[in-house]
Amino acid sequence: MKPFEFQKANDENSAVEMAEKQSMYISGGTNLIDLMKNHIHEPDKLIDLTDALSSEISTTPNGVRIGAMARNTAVAEDSNIKSDFPLLSKAILKGASPQIRNMASTGGNLLQRTRCPYFYDTALPCNKRKPGSGCGALKGDHRMSAIIGYSDNCVAVHPSDMCVAMVALDAKVEILKNDGTSAMINFEDFHRLPGENPQRDNNLPEGAIITAIEIPENSFQKNFEYLKLRDRESYAFALISVAAALDISGNTIKSARLASGGVAHKPWRWNKAEIFLKDREATEENFKQAAEIAVADVKPLENNQFKVEMLKGAIQQALQNCLTNN
Amino acid sequence: MKSKYSSSRRFFIKSSSAFTALAIIPGSVKSFFEQVKEKFFVKKQKIPLEVSINKKSYQLDVDTRTTLLDLLRENIGLTGTKKGCDHGQCGACTVHIDGERKLSCLTLAAMIPGKEITTIEGLANGDQLHPMQEAFIENDGLQCGYCTPGQIMSAVACVNEGHTGSIEEIKEFMSGNLCRCAAYNGITKAIQQTANT
Repeated sequence: MKPFEFQKANDENSAVEMAEKQSMYISGGTNLIDLMKNHIHEPDKLIDLTDALSSEISTTPNGVRIGAMARNTAVAEDSNIKSDFPLLSKAILKGASPQIRNMASTGGNLLQRTRCPYFYDTALPCNKRKPGSGCGALKGDHRMSAIIGYSDNCVAVHPSDMCVAMVALDAKVEILKNDGTSAMINFEDFHRLPGENPQRDNNLPEGAIITAIEIPENSFQKNFEYLKLRDRESYAFALISVAAALDISGNTIKSARLASGGVAHKPWRWNKAEIFLKDREATEENFKQAAEIAVADVKPLENNQFKVEMLKGAIQQALQNCLTNN
Repeated sequence: MKSKYSSSRRFFIKSSSAFTALAIIPGSVKSFFEQVKEKFFVKKQKIPLEVSINKKSYQLDVDTRTTLLDLLRENIGLTGTKKGCDHGQCGACTVHIDGERKLSCLTLAAMIPGKEITTIEGLANGDQLHPMQEAFIENDGLQCGYCTPGQIMSAVACVNEGHTGSIEEIKEFMSGNLCRCAAYNGITKAIQQTANT
């Protein structure tokens, strides 16, 4: 690790005032400390946010507000989250290990970096780590890489499970910029696609911090599923994951949400499939067709073509599980 | 005419210049290195810390880069907590911070003042082992023993959290602790036994 100065912020405003060009914020540290050990991030100064940010989970007139410092375990085990947003709880518990969930913060979960092996190995080319050095994964080991929304510059995927549930539930990200003004960003617009600038994972302005996540109330308490397919049953990143939620009246789907992890540079919403499912019957045939619609847009790389069939099956199964699981 | 000293004169010049070069180079290289270091590297930063480990208070002066794991093993000498991967993948370094299981290798020592740290050394009550330690011995919950301190710290938390409803649940909530000897069945049995008593 490169030597750094350590400062503790006492509140949100003083935190953003402490920020400098070569400084970074730290909350849970589960990703950042590892990246610093590997010399992928080398900040001159670390600003500790643990006392500056709220960890409160509170109900609001139209949903729930989760403080950015709320640890993953606290969110997953919260009684309001479990009863009103069970999809979020289920997704969080499918990620990482109990120790890491006890440490990782909600805001930090959004800001974690990709686990693409080329990003982690400083001897290999990676446009995300070193712009202009090339994408090693594009023609190399890309079994875990993206199948949609990627560019020739980067085929990395966003590793979070929590974020897949949040994008499916139309969450909003509250941020505080370093000029002291705050803003709300739609979750779907928070993370970005790699395009020409894969070094940027998201649209958070420089020096800004995430202060809270808000999720509007919904009717997905009964019919939901977070299905995660991976190389081992627990404590592994997703090859493919699917967050599915249905609001069903009689046997008619009033509204549907479908999102995936392990497929793109950002948590991915399957909008066309959602539109297809709306006002249709909740039948195996319709679920199958929704899965076909979703995978029609997918363009796998040479060595991750298996993900297409896997995704199709996972979407269909997740929708089916919505009816029987809970 | 051949002088009987010519070869030794050449030898003298060669060897003395070699010795001079040897004597000068390290000095200049060293000062050059110091200059480069001064210019391009951030100086090592030390901070004073007051930490509480196993209910004992320590006053330390540590490098900001020190992880809780290195603080325990190198600065304090509590080597029961093990360094497996040092990257948060194996769970060997698991300790309790304010009663919650966390990874000491991914925790900065600078972030723990005001918190109570419990390590494997703090689990037993004098000579009386913690029931989980007893259960690990009884159920062969180990082979080489390297992952065991982390497994036991994690197992104690797993029982406290109440994630012991079934073998499947125990396995899911112990997945952050790897055992290369694969003593998993013994570990699971030890946890079940402790949870049921």
